[in-house]
Parts: sequence; C-alpha cells; structure tokens
Amino acid sequence: MSSELKQQVEDLIVNNPVHVFMKGTPEWPQCGFSKATCDALRSIDVQFTATNVLEDLDNYRATLMDVAAWPTIPQVFIGGDFVGGCDIVLEMLRNGELEEKIGALTEE
Amino acid sequence: MDPEHLKSLIETGIPGAQVSVQDLTGTRDHFSVQVVANAFAGKSLVEQHQMVYRAVGQELTNAVHALQVHTTVPEE
Repeated sequence: MSSELKQQVEDLIVNNPVHVFMKGTPEWPQCGFSKATCDALRSIDVQFTATNVLEDLDNYRATLMDVAAWPTIPQVFIGGDFVGGCDIVLEMLRNGELEEKIGALTEE
Repeated sequence: MDPEHLKSLIETGIPGAQVSVQDLTGTRDHFSVQVVANAFAGKSLVEQHQMVYRAVGQELTNAVHALQVHTTVPEE
C-alpha cells in the first residue's frame, strides 16, 4: 500500500459525489459484480465516476481495505461515505435507499 | 491463516466479542466467522462487518481469500 495511492483514493472519494472502485470500466466491466453495481446506478440514472482497480489490483485492494475497512471490489462511495459493495447496493436499489441517498446529495 | 489466529485477531480488535471460526474448505484461506458482541449494538450491518474486517486487517487482502461474516448482538 502506498501513501500516494491512499491520497489519490481519498481525493476521489471526497471530490466525486458518486464514485465506484471497480474491476474494469463502466463501459467495459471485467467482473459480474462490478457490472451489476454499475447497472444498478444506471437504472436510476445516477451519474458516477469510476476507477479501474485492475490497473494496480493489490495496491488498490490494500488501500481500500485501509480506507473503507472493506476487502472486496466493487466499492461504492456516495457523498464521501462508504456505502457498500454489490450486494448492499442491489439491496439499497430494491428498498429505495439508494435513490434516497442520491437525492439527499443534490439537495445539499 | 491459522483459524485460531483469525479468532484472536477479531477478539483483540473487538473486545468482549465471542468468536467462532469455521474453515470452509480445509485450506485455511476460506473462512466463515460468527461474531457476537455488545459493541455491535446500534450499528448498521455494514458498520458491524467493517469492524470485523478492520480487526482482521491487511491479512484479509492476502492470507485470507474469502471471509463470510455473521454478526449479532448478544441477547439480553
């Protein structure tokens, strides 16, 4: 884990309203869980930014473990807060919490 | 990782937690853990799991390949 990458990750989380750390890109996901997470956000027309962790997987994984205390990819951050991985985001889409959380973001 | 080591990491990270560890594959890298702790009270499920992951720390990203986490607050 490098402190340089940690700073980059923290900046991405703080500076983007909705940010996803994923395997691949939103246009070309390289993992079913990452794809499902992007699809969930798109299904309610959420604009989001993304980082492809495959560019430096071990380093990103260790950094995200440190920053978010979460060991798996993808990871979704909304309004600077860690929200969860694929299962949690899909559950939040189902129960309306995802839309609520995004809505709260634009009201601020 | 030695299941006993995993257990002690969680017990150290979450004082007072009752931890049971199951080696799912017999290969010491796929585990299921049950953690019962008062410290989970008032926390969301995500926060409870983060506490367990935080306790295990970076070993989760190398020595452990898969970790199923079940958290509960002890009954009164």
